Amino acid sequence: MEARKIETPEPLLSINNIEVVYDEVILVLRGVSLDVPQGQNVTLLGPNGAGKSTTLKAISGLLKTEDGEVSRGEISFMGERIDKKNAEEIVRSGIFQVMEGRRIIEDMTCIENLKLGAYTRNQKNINNEIERVFEYFPRLKERTGLAGYLSGGEQQMLAIGRALMANPKMILLDEPSMGLSPLLVKEVFGIIEKINKEQGITMLLVEQNANFALKHADYGYIMESGKVVLDGSREELLNNQDVKDFYLGGNDHNKSFKNLKSYKRRKRWL
Amino acid sequence: MNTELLLQLTVNGLIVGLLYGVIAMCFVLIYKSTQVVNFAQGEFLLIGAWVCWGTLVWLDLPFYIGFLLTLGFMTLFGILIQAVFLRPMIGEPIISVIMITIGLSMFFQSLMKWIFGVSAESYPQVFETSVVNIAGLNIELAYILSLIFSVVMMAGFYWFFKHSRMGLAMRATAFDQQVASSLGISVSKVFAASWAISAMVSATAGIVIGMVNGVSSALSFIGIKVFPAVILGGLDSIVGGVVGGVIIGLLENLAEFIDSQYLHIGNLYTIAPFYILLIILTIKPYGLFGTRDIERI
Repeated sequence: MEARKIETPEPLLSINNIEVVYDEVILVLRGVSLDVPQGQNVTLLGPNGAGKSTTLKAISGLLKTEDGEVSRGEISFMGERIDKKNAEEIVRSGIFQVMEGRRIIEDMTCIENLKLGAYTRNQKNINNEIERVFEYFPRLKERTGLAGYLSGGEQQMLAIGRALMANPKMILLDEPSMGLSPLLVKEVFGIIEKINKEQGITMLLVEQNANFALKHADYGYIMESGKVVLDGSREELLNNQDVKDFYLGGNDHNKSFKNLKSYKRRKRWL
Repeated sequence: MNTELLLQLTVNGLIVGLLYGVIAMCFVLIYKSTQVVNFAQGEFLLIGAWVCWGTLVWLDLPFYIGFLLTLGFMTLFGILIQAVFLRPMIGEPIISVIMITIGLSMFFQSLMKWIFGVSAESYPQVFETSVVNIAGLNIELAYILSLIFSVVMMAGFYWFFKHSRMGLAMRATAFDQQVASSLGISVSKVFAASWAISAMVSATAGIVIGMVNGVSSALSFIGIKVFPAVILGGLDSIVGGVVGGVIIGLLENLAEFIDSQYLHIGNLYTIAPFYILLIILTIKPYGLFGTRDIERI
């Protein structure tokens, strides 16, 4: 069965051929495998409904709050199986998901939101931790009102800051660019990369905005209808003709419809 | 106009109202974090008061031990009620949950009557003096006790929800359970904790009232009286519960004043909160501080 890339020693997170079923009938993921090596910034691209968010929720255990379950395959994190664990245990083991749509606690202040991020941690140095987060997001420091009144970009920053408070080994980001202006997207991606480099926190990022995501990523996976259809390093993907055509908006208009999504027909192990 | 009576009733109203406020907070705590409208809130008072009375009279324990035992018992009791009866109801229609709590209310009321009898019993003398003299006024110690209790509880709740780790987790759970679990908060622990705290604080309120009025099944009626307070404040607002409680307490006593001085209908005192409830529901269906959310009626 094992016919995957050999060069990576032991990935931090490894997903092996998982299937996800919602409400015991709806099959959403149909055999997804991917590896996230320690310290890297990996991005997961694909159209709506491809199962990107579901993959993240399968990792973070939040699937169980939506009546979904991993019905086949396994997910291991630092050599330990986590697909049977609940969300609380997974956060404690070092994976933190920044959910789609930011989902900050709107009727709390920034600081209270940040404190909640550190819920699973020792509460001793919490104020230092908050200061550390403010270094990445200086503009949050000035916001003393309720988080619900922050702008979309600030809410996204708060959501990432909240993840940092948990001191995770790995952050899962679900569409951090959603609803943000291009300038803010740039800023947010810049901060994500900075956190990745400075803190050594491994990132797994789901995006619609392929351009930004790939530019900042080390490695990328492309999903379509519940499967990984293509993967490769940043350079490989950026230079791939299919990726250029469908995700990056290439200017080669001569392709006929017949050749569209040619990679779909390519056989892929797992 | 009888100013002395009015003053006395106002003070009464304030003290009773603050107690209502505390019980309303307990009610809102459960509603907010677990979305359960707990019609058995009054029974928490009743059970707490009877259990404490039992430890003092039957077991002949000193007050502080009996009190601590009661608190421990109520914590377990709250958790057990949540785990056994209400956890299986998560996701069921709200009306089913309400029927469960009404059922629990009836069951425990009868159970208490069965165990402790139907007649009212008074608490043994807990403190040496029953009346203290403050600034020339003779004030019953129990009233001062109740006032202190209410204020301490409110300050405690404020601190708890503003600064404690568990309090913040409860607020997060109330806001969005999925987000709470994404932060590593165990939602079932939060549920258990809110029932435990609610049961414990309500029981203490029951003991305080029991010391003043004696213990009888009338205690559980206070749980019903807290409804107007909670609805006035808005079902999901803790501050609202407190304000609502004080307003209901004051209005109740004002009704008593008007009744005894002018109208002479009798018992307006008991009825007034429910008239207020009706009026509020017509004018402000979300209460004074409630979240304007159509799903949360």
